[in-house]
Amino acid sequence: MATLKVPSSVPSPLEDADRLRKAFVGWGTDEKTIVSILGHRTASQRMEIRRVYKELFGEELFTSLDKEISGDFERIVLLWTFHPAERDAFLANEAARKWNPSNRVLIEVACARSSGQLFAARQAYHARYKRSLEEDVAAHTTGDFRKLLVPLVSAFRYEGEEVNKTLAKSEAKILHEKISDKGYNDEELIRIITTRSKAQLLATFNHYNDQFGHPINKDLKSDPKDEYLAALRATIRCFTCPAKYFEKVVRFAINKLGTDEYALTRVITTRAEVDLQEIKDVYQQRNSVAMDHAVSGETSGDYKSMLLALLGHEEA
Amino acid sequence: MAHLIAEECEKLTRAFSGFGGLGVEEKELVSVIGNWRHEPEKRSHFRRGCAAPLFNAEVENFERWEDDFVKHLKAEFARFKNVVLLWAMHPWERDARWANHVLHKAHPFAILVEIACTRSTEELLGARRAYHTLFHHSLEEDVAYRVKESNAQLLVGLVSSYRYEGSHVDEERAKLEAKALNDAIKKAGAKKPIENEDIIRILTTRSKPHLKVTFKFYKEMYGKSIEEDIAGDKCLQETVQCLRSPPIYFCKIINRAFKDGAEKNTKEALTRVIVSRSEIDMAEIKEVYHKQYGVKLEDVIAKSTHGNYRDALLSLVTGKEQES
Repeated sequence: MATLKVPSSVPSPLEDADRLRKAFVGWGTDEKTIVSILGHRTASQRMEIRRVYKELFGEELFTSLDKEISGDFERIVLLWTFHPAERDAFLANEAARKWNPSNRVLIEVACARSSGQLFAARQAYHARYKRSLEEDVAAHTTGDFRKLLVPLVSAFRYEGEEVNKTLAKSEAKILHEKISDKGYNDEELIRIITTRSKAQLLATFNHYNDQFGHPINKDLKSDPKDEYLAALRATIRCFTCPAKYFEKVVRFAINKLGTDEYALTRVITTRAEVDLQEIKDVYQQRNSVAMDHAVSGETSGDYKSMLLALLGHEEA
Repeated sequence: MAHLIAEECEKLTRAFSGFGGLGVEEKELVSVIGNWRHEPEKRSHFRRGCAAPLFNAEVENFERWEDDFVKHLKAEFARFKNVVLLWAMHPWERDARWANHVLHKAHPFAILVEIACTRSTEELLGARRAYHTLFHHSLEEDVAYRVKESNAQLLVGLVSSYRYEGSHVDEERAKLEAKALNDAIKKAGAKKPIENEDIIRILTTRSKPHLKVTFKFYKEMYGKSIEEDIAGDKCLQETVQCLRSPPIYFCKIINRAFKDGAEKNTKEALTRVIVSRSEIDMAEIKEVYHKQYGVKLEDVIAKSTHGNYRDALLSLVTGKEQES
């Protein structure tokens, strides 16, 4: 469930654009207004505000924001204000350009989105970067990672719920064989993970568990330092338990010395309208403390205010 | 009298698509049925005499239709039907069904290459959507599952592509990639070029304008066109041809369909190409065909096909011309 809180009677985009403009004009910036408006509007409402703002003031809202705010606060406001498809394109482009083996952003964009959402991201990528997403991922990754990531971002998976049980059994067996032989980059393994529908994959992973007595990820832990295996595990977790996957990302981000703001911002902005509530519930269960509370303790200022707004902490 | 009968028989055999050609002469057949009413000797003569390949006269009391020829006839009668059905079908459904035939009815892989490389980015996306709806799987899933040959990776990459459609090309990058392609082709190793990661990456992800410029630099830098250097691999060649110039590729396909002894799939390609390109680049195809083979496409069609099938193809090839 989403955590975003929108007021029961939403001001018109005109009013919002106007108030935002006033927040920019003059000395300093009224960050509270930025948070109180943008932090409480849905994607389509934000698009309307952007459109009206441009009409009224002849400048992109993003340009104004970029001039007025900075640092982690700017990043979270900008990422949040994007349409989800644009946001995914932006994050994917950043991840491809600055790619390193421990980067999971591409996996998240490819696997923790619906088929349609991934495609919307690819379309937004064309518009923004004048290249295709898969072209950039292919050009910036190498070896086994490329073998996994390019098909992952190129997939246009069937979205139906049908499951072929026989196929699930046989593919669970194939996965087990390949993994037992340490063939983690095997073509069949990659084929199954990167092309089957989500429903079919879930059935396959369930069969794996039934047939072999433990979840597939347990068999992918042979070398704790192997980033490729970690990437495979992340891929599978994004399919089977996205809330748990993202809880872990947040937990690590918060516990890290100095807090990983990029990771925290990424999870909060990409999940606030999706399943941030479930992620919070998992966090509470796992850490015996509310996520809001943990975030409060580790962050400060306007950045903190925006995080808390998106976490649904305040009333709209 | 015998001379006249022989002539009539020949005409009738041709109308039945014996002696080559595609399709049947429906009007001719109807007229003969009328003319030969109450004249069983003529039919008898037809079965026993001239129409040798159509009937088996070695049977005890009668001349029976050759089963093989009946099968052949079914296909020939169906050509017009296929044109009409395909013509009315949404292009996305057409492409999805053709792709499915490749994977489930062992049609040639070249059809997959054709669909993945000659359609626009949005048309290919549409075909993939239609595939979801019709077959409850994704296209790439079925290609990956059913293609076990060495071209599997290339084919999966081609059908999964969502190429940028803008005209902007980074010339420096194109030069680098021309070199990368040449290195990969020359690198005689255990793996064939079609399994080479760089070749696959470049051919399956780059935009078409970028690839055309890359191929141009390839020729400039190495003296040979890339098609010459990959001549050993049919699938790779088809990929390059489809990406570089669909009209040239399609002319080759069309021309093959008219050759004597062409196989079933080769002949069916004529319908597929004419129907799918009629409103896309038929003008270029006609131009290229004339240049390449010295004859007009419509003339070859008129000569080599029959009946309603011929008329339908001609309408698709020459019908109401677009104002240019």
